[in-house]
Amino acid sequence: MEPVATTFFFYMLSGLAVLGGVLVITRKNPVHSALALILTLLALAGLYLMLYAPFVAGVQIILYAGGIMVLFLFVIMLVNIERSQKEEQFNQQWLVGILAAVALGALFIGAFVKGRKMFPQHLLPMPEQSNTQQVAVLLYGNYMFSFEIASLLLLVAIIGAVVMAKKRI
Amino acid sequence: MTPISTFHYLVVAAALFILGVIGVLTRRNVVIVLMSIELILNAVNLNLVAFSRLWGLHGQVFAIFVITDAAAEAAVGLGILIAFFRNKETVNVDEVDLMKW
Repeated sequence: MEPVATTFFFYMLSGLAVLGGVLVITRKNPVHSALALILTLLALAGLYLMLYAPFVAGVQIILYAGGIMVLFLFVIMLVNIERSQKEEQFNQQWLVGILAAVALGALFIGAFVKGRKMFPQHLLPMPEQSNTQQVAVLLYGNYMFSFEIASLLLLVAIIGAVVMAKKRI
Repeated sequence: MTPISTFHYLVVAAALFILGVIGVLTRRNVVIVLMSIELILNAVNLNLVAFSRLWGLHGQVFAIFVITDAAAEAAVGLGILIAFFRNKETVNVDEVDLMKW
């Protein structure tokens, strides 16, 4: 089945993603930044659906927008944000930081303009059904060892977070 | 209108990456710095998934691993933030100068 209105949805979703990113780095209140970041994450989930990656889109919504952002909001509630809102929001080297980011952007533009011909023009054929099963086969077959290492990493992160955040062990 | 190719997705990802870099380099609030790091990781994820449309499903598997890393990083980073806030009563990055001389 041929998708409809791909161009419109692409520009709408990427516009929402970039708008959310701008709001994240400009808002004073961290709660507003977190809500803008949720907007960006949901728009990116839509882009993943357009790229025929339904499993990654679901993981993005459940784990990022549902899990990690709730963690962020909890920590924002734990720390005192009233005082930091009255203070200066940008640090002293902000000009240097923006110059470095502009240099990085120029590098990206140069690489994209020069390397555009290196991308193959054809796309893979559209999958007939959802490709979640093939992702699972890769995840538990080729990348079995990396999967186990990832579980170990999560264990270390859990222990680390508890050790840091607890007052007295 | 030109059809949407992989290149369009790369441009969006580059824009998000730059926004994240600006956030990390200029903001003072640690929470927003961590959120900017999430923006950077998401830009990389969009690149990986866009390339998986060209070269097979390995990119999606890598995107899942990157999401796992982002979860671990957020948990540890926010734990450090809580410990820091308990000691210094502030959330500004430029006051994290214990190891500076």
